Amino acid sequence: MATKQKKAAQTGSSHRLTALQKTPTGIKGLDALTLGGLPTGRPTLMCGAAGCGKTLFAMTFLINGVNEFNEPGVLMSFEERERDLETNVASLGYDVAALVERKQLVVDYVYIERAEIEESGEYDLEGLFVRLGHAIDSIGAKRVVLDTIEALFSGLDDTAILRSELRRLFAWLKDKGVTAIITAERGEGQLTRYGIEEYISDCVILLDNRVEEQVTTRRLRVVKYRGSSHGTNEYPFLIDEHGISVLPITSAELSHRISHESVSSGVADLDAMLSVRGYFRGSSILISGLAGTGKSTFASAFVNAACERGERCLFFAFEESPDQIVRNMASVGLKLDAHVASGLLAFQAARPSLYGFEMHLARMNRDIEEFAPQVIVVDPISAFRGPSFEIHATLVRLADICKSKGITALFTSLSSSGEQMTESERSVSSLMDTWISLKDVEANGERNRVLYLLKSRGMNHSKQLREYQLTDQGIHMIDAYLGPDGVLTGTARIAQEAREREAMLLRRQTTERRQRELARKRAAIDRQIAEMRATLETEEREVATLIEQEEARELAHGSERTEMAAMRGMRP
Amino acid sequence: MSIDKPNVGRAADESNDFLEEPGEYNLRLYVAGQTPKSLAAIANLKKLCEENLAGRYTIEVVDLLVTPQLAAGDQIVALPTLVRRLPQPLKRVIGDLSNTERVLVGLDIRSKLARTT
Repeated sequence: MATKQKKAAQTGSSHRLTALQKTPTGIKGLDALTLGGLPTGRPTLMCGAAGCGKTLFAMTFLINGVNEFNEPGVLMSFEERERDLETNVASLGYDVAALVERKQLVVDYVYIERAEIEESGEYDLEGLFVRLGHAIDSIGAKRVVLDTIEALFSGLDDTAILRSELRRLFAWLKDKGVTAIITAERGEGQLTRYGIEEYISDCVILLDNRVEEQVTTRRLRVVKYRGSSHGTNEYPFLIDEHGISVLPITSAELSHRISHESVSSGVADLDAMLSVRGYFRGSSILISGLAGTGKSTFASAFVNAACERGERCLFFAFEESPDQIVRNMASVGLKLDAHVASGLLAFQAARPSLYGFEMHLARMNRDIEEFAPQVIVVDPISAFRGPSFEIHATLVRLADICKSKGITALFTSLSSSGEQMTESERSVSSLMDTWISLKDVEANGERNRVLYLLKSRGMNHSKQLREYQLTDQGIHMIDAYLGPDGVLTGTARIAQEAREREAMLLRRQTTERRQRELARKRAAIDRQIAEMRATLETEEREVATLIEQEEARELAHGSERTEMAAMRGMRP
Repeated sequence: MSIDKPNVGRAADESNDFLEEPGEYNLRLYVAGQTPKSLAAIANLKKLCEENLAGRYTIEVVDLLVTPQLAAGDQIVALPTLVRRLPQPLKRVIGDLSNTERVLVGLDIRSKLARTT
């Protein structure tokens, strides 16, 4: 309002602009796609064939109005008695009787039976106005539902009077300033059977219930909404014991905030293959593989790790019952039952054929909203069968919902044998941030499991094919051997390992022998050197002796000469 | 009224069966304010009762603008509505009661057989 006023002031216009006020229905998805709710103070037409949930929508609108927005409501029912209505909505947990008692809701059943009424002369529907006006005024109602006003057409003969009176009624409702829902039966070639859409032109919502391949999908479409933009697509909605959920609009722009934080995959060896030591939080991970390659085990390991970090996990199982998953995962050392008991882990199991594709999505969305998990697992997406564009659209929305909420989503997908991608795989591959492919390698009469990272956005990752084993301690990677014919796994790998060990032994032995020989040689040479040195020393000693003798002799000789000289000297 | 003469006797016989007590016809006319339709209905009803039910009827006019809470009780939708509260079963005639014939049929004063002939 403030901005509007400012804008008005800026443009200098004298009249004040006010945007269309909206009344929230309290049905989340519906409020999102109408950008706030139904037009306040105006009638809204809600039409659809029998069993579409018109009455339920209208009742939810009223009851949410009381419970969430403190707006009293009036229900004028032309089809169901108060008692029946109370019973019908009690299954959704709504206590109509209590609301009526607290004077927050008025339920007025209008009974018209053609056989009991004789028409004589001119009349109008002022009685209806009086009743409605009295009901509205008695509790200060802001919300009104007329369900289904077309019943008047079967109760009264004069359609000309009826039409003019209905026109007057809707105008009167507008004057009253109440936000009204008028339900009507779907007609042939027009929105409603008696064409009352002519009189209600502010907002028209169409409900639809379609059966395709024996699966029913409820859809909702806002046909028109005067004075407001709105989602124009058909949106699936769901009615179950939790009430009505409409799937919200997929945000068209890719503007979710991303996280740099990584979360462990629950498999230490797999973390080691990823440069950030795990998956990015809020990313989408696809694990595809053949039957029995351990897709669910990888998914469970991830869930287990998340629960151990204290995060909430929601596991959508489409092929196994929760008990079965818990039991099976116990065999690989994953104690999921403890997490279930602590409330961190919840399972939602359903057969894929239970609902239509979009209904599943609506249900999953509702469960996500309610449980507020940090991690979800969908096991497997390949369980969904249907046209690929529908699968794609649905998974895009699911991935989108998860990303917008920062939920890390792990999807598994069963590949068909061979290199061909399944429909669901192909349709989601571009949505996935990390794609792990699990494979069976058949060689030497046995099957072994290998894994490789097809892609992982935003991080470096190992490009190696890795063999892994599912043990009672969890998942373990084994270094794969690259042989001349490719990767060696299983016994081939073991044989190769043995061969390598043998060769190593041989090499070691050879070396040792050479070393010994060398040592011997050195010893021999050392010995020779010692001998020669000894010989040399002997010679040296001999030479020394000779020299000594020579010196002695010379000395003796010398003295003799002196003596002789002396003797000669004395003589002269 | 002359056209019904051949059957008047029979209809009178039938009504005679109901005529054990005077004031048997308890009629209530619902209107909303003093509109032309309301006034016409009141006038038409009085005339009709005097002519057909002289002395054995009571008329109560309910103005829903004054007592709107009474509308739901008798399942009033159209106005004016004439409700035959007694004798049972409840009968309703809507409109300004200008078509006397249909009012008499609607109130079971004159049988439908009479109307068709």
